[in-house]
Amino acid sequence: MDISNKDRARELPVQQIDVFTDTRDILAHANRAAKKRGFEDWLICDVDAHHTETISWHELVQYIEDPVIRHQAMLFHDEKMGTASYGLNGDMGLKYQDVGGRIPHQAGIREKVDDGVHRDVTLSRRAMSALGVDYMVLFPTPMLTLGLHPQPEMEVYLGRAYNRWLIDKVLSKDDRLKTLAYLPFNVPKEAERTIEEFSGQPGVIGFCVPSVRHKAVHHNDYMRIYAMLEERNLPIAFHAAYHWQDQSLATINRFLGMHALGFVWCNMVHMTNWILNGIPERFPKLKSIWVESGLAWIPFLMQRLDDQYLMRPSEAPQLKKLPSEYMRENCWYTTQPMETVNMKALQLTLEMINAESQLLFASDWPHFDFDLPQEIYDLPFLSEQAKRNILGLNAAKLFNLDPTPRKTL
Amino acid sequence: MAEYLVCSEEEIADGGRRVVACGEREIGIFRVKGALHAWHNMCPHRQGPICQGRIYPEVIEPVDEKGEVRTLLYNEENMHVACPWHGWEFNLETGSNAGPAKYRLHRAELAIREGQIYVVL
Repeated sequence: MDISNKDRARELPVQQIDVFTDTRDILAHANRAAKKRGFEDWLICDVDAHHTETISWHELVQYIEDPVIRHQAMLFHDEKMGTASYGLNGDMGLKYQDVGGRIPHQAGIREKVDDGVHRDVTLSRRAMSALGVDYMVLFPTPMLTLGLHPQPEMEVYLGRAYNRWLIDKVLSKDDRLKTLAYLPFNVPKEAERTIEEFSGQPGVIGFCVPSVRHKAVHHNDYMRIYAMLEERNLPIAFHAAYHWQDQSLATINRFLGMHALGFVWCNMVHMTNWILNGIPERFPKLKSIWVESGLAWIPFLMQRLDDQYLMRPSEAPQLKKLPSEYMRENCWYTTQPMETVNMKALQLTLEMINAESQLLFASDWPHFDFDLPQEIYDLPFLSEQAKRNILGLNAAKLFNLDPTPRKTL
Repeated sequence: MAEYLVCSEEEIADGGRRVVACGEREIGIFRVKGALHAWHNMCPHRQGPICQGRIYPEVIEPVDEKGEVRTLLYNEENMHVACPWHGWEFNLETGSNAGPAKYRLHRAELAIREGQIYVVL
């Protein structure tokens, strides 16, 4: 043994990561991995990351357009005790994503933020820097179940307030932060108004339909929305979520199972309607993005719909190609949560969806099943160009972003 | 081979830990049932900081003679560390995953001399 090498080990400043740990410490290994892989020269767009908008709900409700609802909401937050956020529906306490405290960053991010800008700007910048990300597309979190709200107008009030608040407090402070603005899809006329109002606003690079809802995406009421987005060359994203009150999930008693299925099921239903009703034929230049359902569901749905379609083409007369061909040519997919236990299955999936042009990296930070850019970089079966496309260049093309990397690691 | 002095033995109490950097590598030293175990601070899942995770007893679900279950229990005989990134869990004594044993932590060698703990790399 070489005694001359004896040295004192350095105690890490963070012995146990908890909800108060700084994002940069939580993600220190990610930052090291990004440097090791030379990500300084790689454009990396994170097409799905989150913030917890309800932390700022008292501030956000001030952006509600309707003066009566705004007043009610402000009083609600000034005076009520022990309640959830004004106007929000959802799964209330059924939020077990942090696995009983095992994944603290999912439970809460309570680190100090005192940079003179909104906390969501600071926290997003820290995450971008640690992960090696150039552009981050932010989505809300509890609002993702607003599509099931018993009052359709509440989706309009809160969706618009969220868009205005996000632009004012967050997106306008850092042009590396983007969003797909919230579309109040349950009220089509208001969704059209949303597109007119928010297209071209700072940081708005498209529009998002939270997928948890019971409205059919092929209803004639939505055709004007799709035409408006196609005309503006702005993508529409269907962002998945779970909802345990869904009767199809009613027998599942473990969060693991409900979450695994719920986050996929909503997008499988919408995609099936999207394709079989010929939306890609009616709006061939409309780009749809399927967000946060992972990837393993896509080969299943492609095979299933192709087989069934060929036996019953009279039920989908608008189709001129196989369902799978629309799914690989007209649709884009975000990577996260990328299923990696069976790498052969993943490789086949990426081939089937034409990942080189259709796949967009997403971290989903700070959620429990977040992914890192290194996972794409380390895939053994992709060319360097394919990796660069997936990590950033596909998104730059889709969203018309400058492909020059902007981060400093 | 290099040695890194960590601390004296008594500084890591039963149930406690010390996570250190030894040059470029990070090592977590845990004391479980009186014995020291050292693991590289690198989760085999996504290279997360496994040794900086929370420690939990193993969770079990006893099945009675009728094949029925009634409750979840903690088994304090097996202490686990959960990766703070994604929750992968490993036995602190064996390094085996809470599920399939093929996923394992990477053990680091320790030396104890004159009451001092050293990491040997």
